[in-house]
Amino acid sequence: MLQIADKTFRSRLFGGTGKFASAQLMKEALAASGAEMITVALRRVDLTNPADDIMANLDRETYWFLPNTSGARNAEEAIRLANLARAVGNTNWLKLEITPDPRTLLPDPIETLKATELLVKDGFIVLPYMNADPILALRLQDVGAAAVMPLGSPIGTNQGVLTRFQVAIIIDQARVPVVVDAGLGAPSHAAAAMEMGADAVLVNTAIAVSGDPVRMARAFAQAVEAGRTAYEAGLGLQDNKAAASSPEVGLDFLR
Amino acid sequence: MLTIPDFQQLSEQVSSCSRADVHQALQAPHPGLQGLAALLSPAASAMLPELARRSAAITAQRFGRTIQLYAPVYLSSFCTNRCAYCGFAADNTMDRRVLTMAEAEKEMDILHERGFNHILLVSGEAPAKMGVDYLAELARRTRDRFASITIEVQPLSTAEYARLFVAGITGVAVYQETYDRRTYDQVHLSGKKCDYDFRLASPDRVAQAGMREVGIGALLGLTDWRCEGMALGLHLAWLRKHFWRTALTVSFPRLCPAEGDFQPLTTVTEKDLSQLLFALRIYDPDVGLLLSTREEERFRTGMIGLGPTRYSAGSCTAPGGYAHPELEGEQFAVGDQRTLTEVCASIQAKGHDPVRKDWDSTFQKGF
Repeated sequence: MLQIADKTFRSRLFGGTGKFASAQLMKEALAASGAEMITVALRRVDLTNPADDIMANLDRETYWFLPNTSGARNAEEAIRLANLARAVGNTNWLKLEITPDPRTLLPDPIETLKATELLVKDGFIVLPYMNADPILALRLQDVGAAAVMPLGSPIGTNQGVLTRFQVAIIIDQARVPVVVDAGLGAPSHAAAAMEMGADAVLVNTAIAVSGDPVRMARAFAQAVEAGRTAYEAGLGLQDNKAAASSPEVGLDFLR
Repeated sequence: MLTIPDFQQLSEQVSSCSRADVHQALQAPHPGLQGLAALLSPAASAMLPELARRSAAITAQRFGRTIQLYAPVYLSSFCTNRCAYCGFAADNTMDRRVLTMAEAEKEMDILHERGFNHILLVSGEAPAKMGVDYLAELARRTRDRFASITIEVQPLSTAEYARLFVAGITGVAVYQETYDRRTYDQVHLSGKKCDYDFRLASPDRVAQAGMREVGIGALLGLTDWRCEGMALGLHLAWLRKHFWRTALTVSFPRLCPAEGDFQPLTTVTEKDLSQLLFALRIYDPDVGLLLSTREEERFRTGMIGLGPTRYSAGSCTAPGGYAHPELEGEQFAVGDQRTLTEVCASIQAKGHDPVRKDWDSTFQKGF
């Protein structure tokens, strides 16, 4: 079981609510994904309106609601959104996204660290979206992030885990769960992240814009489970036959 | 808080490993604790050349073909603890000395003249004779002359470590001696050192205080060295997870049987020590590994390039022994009597660079 802060999750696939052709399709796809944690863009929903198309289709008994600050350009804006989510959305969980460049939507490391520290002190459970920078992951963990969410590749690019080498270091060093977020375009990408030892992955675009979001959601669920099982079972090593079988190191100095 | 499993459990984990497990650990990019168990296992004892080869390759890649040199300065032989294995134990009848500030500076000056830049200050545990004030003052007086000054003294509080860091101390060694509680209680007969948990948490406090480096170690010859190896691996992993800013080193003080002295409770051979060292290197490519003058010349020369990254040289383990070589009252007899120049020559002869300076006191200025 995956544990983040004081909450446990059976599913290691996190979902999103953006980019679906309809709220109904979103609902069916999320059900098929088996996801328990669902992130929702605060800018997209009207938390004060019970008939809001996304919130009305998101059963908060079934799904753990993770509001995100998508659109925030700096710490100040993100903190304002966080307070709105807590006041109206009745949760202190937050996926922190601070993306000053509207083109690449890459996260701002300095503002993210600043906002994480302030929000944690203010009692929020913060899951920051970040570039795959191992030192930043450690710094975010040190100021109290409940998990870290390094990107596999820029959001929406479907490129997979291009940051593989960095993500591997983050996984190796982190005390908090590592959720690979953004850029996972195919189930095999999600499986690869899970095989590396990621604690979970977040997938939205690849499911929402697929020709058949419901079946694609199921495919991602299977891939995440397969990747996790392979990681736990221990992958076979690539045999390095180039290594000499008779070592040349002399140990005759040993008595 | 770090907890070390029962040694019985560790022993079973290690001894159940097969040759295939060792092969796997030798090829894995991150062998992990299960890999470490395999590398420490009896199955791996029969594969020492393979371990040496892997350890040598990792060491060369991470540290290059270099060996850093340091020398200890013994400041005081007063001690309030009774540790069965130690020459400074409170109930040993011996002439005890604590160096005056001038004498301590003199010892350090002699080492500086001989070419040492990295100094390890060592003392028994007797805070009334040798406390934080003394160490801070000595560091302040000498810091500009040395690249780094580290200490191996009684465990201190976080605030005390922080004070010493500001005074110019860069690192701290606190060896658990043995991670096996039962053995620990058996050999620590009286004194503050009897508190296993306080000692185990000392490296945490060192790191919290902002020190650049913390050294851990187990005294080899008290109990099953394979289990100590597992415990060292667990301790390293704990420190890496919780104090990622702190560099880590491991020392391997090995007890040898000697006339009249404490007889080791178990024999650890040079082969055993080599396996332990190779296993830890393969498990943790970044850890500094120290091989002191407790070991003999033949062994130390043979090990160059295979895993260790730091050697002491020309060491004297009696307070004041550099200025007055005739002095007695050593903590232990050294196995390698060569001078710094001779040790450097042997390192060069094996194609490695003996590094005498690899830090600078400027890093800690301005606090």
